[in-house]
Amino acid sequence: MKIDRRSFLSFVIGGAAGTALTPLPWKLTDDLSIWTQMWPWTPVPQDGEVSYVNSVCTLCPAGCGISVRKVDDRAVKIEGMAGYPGSNGNACILGMAGLQLLYSPTRVKTPLKRVGNRGEGKWKAISWDDAISEVAGKLGELRKDQSSAVAGIVGSDRGTVPQLLKRLLTAYGSPNFMCSPSMDDSYALTLKLMHGVSASAGFDIENANFVLSFGSGIIEGWGSSVRMFKANSALKDKKGKMVQIEPRLSNTAAKADQWVPVRPGTETVFALGLAYVIIQESLYNKDFVENYTAEFDAFRQMLDAYSPDKVAEITGIDAEAITTLAKAFAGASNPLAVCGRGQGTTPGSLHEFMAVHALNALVGNINKKGGVWAVPAPDYIQWPDPELDDIAQKGIQTARADGAGSEKYPHTASLLNRLPEVINSAAQSPVQALLVSGANPLYALPDSKAVKKAFDKIPFIVSFSSQMDETAQYADIILPNHAYLERYQDVPTPTGLQTPLTGLSKPVLDPLFDTKHTGDAIIMIAKALEGNIAAAFPWDNYEVCLSETLGDKWDALVENGFVAQDFQEPGWEGAFTTPSGKFEFVSKACAAESDKPVFSSVTPEGDEKTYPLILIPYDSMRLSNGFIGNPPFLTKTVEDTVLKGNDIVVEINPATAKDRLFSLNDGAPAMLSTPRGEVRVRVHLSDGIMPGFMAMARGLGHTAYDDYLAGKGANFNELIGPAEDPVSGLDSAWGIRAKLTNVPI
Amino acid sequence: MKKEHSKAKKYGMVIDLDKCTGCGACMVACMAENNVPFKKDESNKLDSITWLRVFKLTNGKSFPDADTCYLPRPCMHCEGEHGHAPCVSVCPATATDYSHETGIVSQIYTRCFGCRYCMAACPYHARYFNWWDPVWPEGMEKLLNPNVSVRMRGVVEKCSFCFHRYQAAKEKAYYEGRQELEEDEYQTACTQACPAGAITFGDLNNPKHAVYELKKDKNAFRLLERLGTNPKVYYISTRKWVRQAGDNYLEGYETEGKVKKHR
Repeated sequence: MKIDRRSFLSFVIGGAAGTALTPLPWKLTDDLSIWTQMWPWTPVPQDGEVSYVNSVCTLCPAGCGISVRKVDDRAVKIEGMAGYPGSNGNACILGMAGLQLLYSPTRVKTPLKRVGNRGEGKWKAISWDDAISEVAGKLGELRKDQSSAVAGIVGSDRGTVPQLLKRLLTAYGSPNFMCSPSMDDSYALTLKLMHGVSASAGFDIENANFVLSFGSGIIEGWGSSVRMFKANSALKDKKGKMVQIEPRLSNTAAKADQWVPVRPGTETVFALGLAYVIIQESLYNKDFVENYTAEFDAFRQMLDAYSPDKVAEITGIDAEAITTLAKAFAGASNPLAVCGRGQGTTPGSLHEFMAVHALNALVGNINKKGGVWAVPAPDYIQWPDPELDDIAQKGIQTARADGAGSEKYPHTASLLNRLPEVINSAAQSPVQALLVSGANPLYALPDSKAVKKAFDKIPFIVSFSSQMDETAQYADIILPNHAYLERYQDVPTPTGLQTPLTGLSKPVLDPLFDTKHTGDAIIMIAKALEGNIAAAFPWDNYEVCLSETLGDKWDALVENGFVAQDFQEPGWEGAFTTPSGKFEFVSKACAAESDKPVFSSVTPEGDEKTYPLILIPYDSMRLSNGFIGNPPFLTKTVEDTVLKGNDIVVEINPATAKDRLFSLNDGAPAMLSTPRGEVRVRVHLSDGIMPGFMAMARGLGHTAYDDYLAGKGANFNELIGPAEDPVSGLDSAWGIRAKLTNVPI
Repeated sequence: MKKEHSKAKKYGMVIDLDKCTGCGACMVACMAENNVPFKKDESNKLDSITWLRVFKLTNGKSFPDADTCYLPRPCMHCEGEHGHAPCVSVCPATATDYSHETGIVSQIYTRCFGCRYCMAACPYHARYFNWWDPVWPEGMEKLLNPNVSVRMRGVVEKCSFCFHRYQAAKEKAYYEGRQELEEDEYQTACTQACPAGAITFGDLNNPKHAVYELKKDKNAFRLLERLGTNPKVYYISTRKWVRQAGDNYLEGYETEGKVKKHR
């Protein structure tokens, strides 16, 4: 048969039509989509029995109740635990991403001993027995002549684990127990000086209806974030007011009813300006001021220098606005003034805290509904004092390496921020062995370079970290703790809560690796050191210690997860134990140099000529900036105006960008330098930042952890140095002078 | 037929932007619940899969009049007219469909062959394409949720209003001999997670559900209403500029108050 054009076309068209009528093409399309999706590398999560385990989150001092969903023995999701005081049914973004820390490839899976150079990352896995005897051996040797040369660094000093470490140091003979500093230190000191009590500050924010915040990130992680979020929403529901005093349009400022962009560093002056108006207009609480306070006249006299006109000149805010705000604050039925910048991770200027707290005193909302309460420290840890041998007796009498409690800083308990400089300026480091638990000082302390230099001079560093963080990377021995979902731990009152509360973190699943509870590791070290040190630790293991310590609370804690203490507002009667027995507006202790009480301000480091701009940090819920590194989920939520590729993005006002010698468009790369360091950045033109200033997020620039975090952005702490507060010695730096230069091509 | 209609649900959301803090807890809750993958670099937001993305709006004014507002954007589960959502109309594989029973726009990954018409059609950028196979770091695949299938390279995915939670709740109700779900029995992961209580979820048709009244708030609006997509996610903001930003507001265009319905 001859194939002509006609028959060929008939065949092709007929064939196509015929095929189209069969199910073949549809079947093939269907199969194609199935085949292309049948690759074995897409995991199929195993099904199993679902259960929920309640626990308490210990990733930050907020201590929220959590409920972990498990499928068989896998933990698959973290949610909030309903009914837990404060957090009630919710967890924050970091808390919900916590399983990525549990299952992280950067977990330390077994005790490690360094074999390469410091920080090189070469390790040898050793057994727990070897690791403990190595640490105990080093400590035993050191104890012969310089017991006080051992220091311990913890996150917070509250709870049994830090207290066990403190006990170990005491029995060993060292006073050098140090905590990571935060605004809690400044608030504690404020209460000490103004109330005369040893207490932490609690904020009855749920009952306040006018919140005046001096840069506190109420909805950015200040205090207990989840509780603050709820309080903020409740404030909106009841038509309360929130005023944010801050140079940058933070989320809190944007959500506030009024944003007052004061010049950074003039917050103290602004607070005193408000106090001036409140007194001048006689709007203060007469009952409280006349009957329960001292030094009011001295305070009033000092305020003469802070009339609205003068304050307007310094802070850049209209005199009229100052007067209006002061009247609104004093006129509210439940006003509350708070401070502690951002998430409160830096202590700040003590005078600023005192000035803001004085506002609370003027309106009489101290220890009252909707005000600031002095909350006594939890008292469940009632261990007998350890019996000290001669070495320990002598050792704990020596002066602390960081200068806390010295003549210069008599009121402060711990000054970790001073330690690097003390070590760096000494011929031989006063710290010869360092134990680090629940803290990451190499990342979190200001001036990272100086901290690293100081650590180089410490011959022996032990880390108890469950993650290979910066400090663990720099350690000689790592005694890995269980992950936070694998262990028991007591959780003292959440930061900022006005009633004492004890929570209990419970293991959600069995430990995945060859790790040990830090409490157990400390007990084992103590036993290996023998003698009086071993005797100070009569417990077989940490769990026994914890359950005995909590005593009759233990069963309730295991059952409910928390025990709330019945605690009423403390009121004013007998609440103040200062020398005058009253609330003291100005304390002798806060007079910096002369006898006259002076409220000081902190000027940022650097000279204006070389560094025309000022760099300030900001905190975000999406960036964990404490000793926990960001899990991948969190980093994924970070906006591209904060992190782009591996470059950190800094906010700069368009007007300031235009003023530069070279043009800066949105997203342009630049070099940012400060007196302490230099990093490559990109700029983001933002109208939310005051001209002349730049803002950079905290929480990036990790060198440790995995590819999801390491090497991304820059660590703000590399760019800033500490500034000692004249009264407390705590770090009060809020910014540093900086400049932007063209990127060298 | 009529009887069925009276039982139809219209699940939807009302998000209070005055309460939203932009913390991102909803995003993580969503990712953890729905096995959303993550890459080493997620700073290119065009290929970063976020079923729920929190956008930051700015009012465009200069310091100190500048203002910002966060806006969480899940899938809007558009009803269009009679279920003709923009994405549903264009899908050649029937991989996405509008359910008249729940009002949820589904996405069936095994049917999707990755043409991405739906992404082009969606005015909300709520759909994401898997350019790569998902990779979990060693050990982290342990936290995958067995109730949601893991997607692979070449398919489109989006917010499902946590449909697996609806299924589980329905199963439980059926087992207990009930037809109807209580309001709190079916809640999305983001709603449950929001620490500020900004998200409310429920049946927009059911007067007993909180969303029924909330959506009538005088400050309530929907995104790009003029397109006629008829979305089931409502927003509330007391700030005028935010409400205007929600609808591509043009100078001189009357959008305040009740927005004209597209016909």
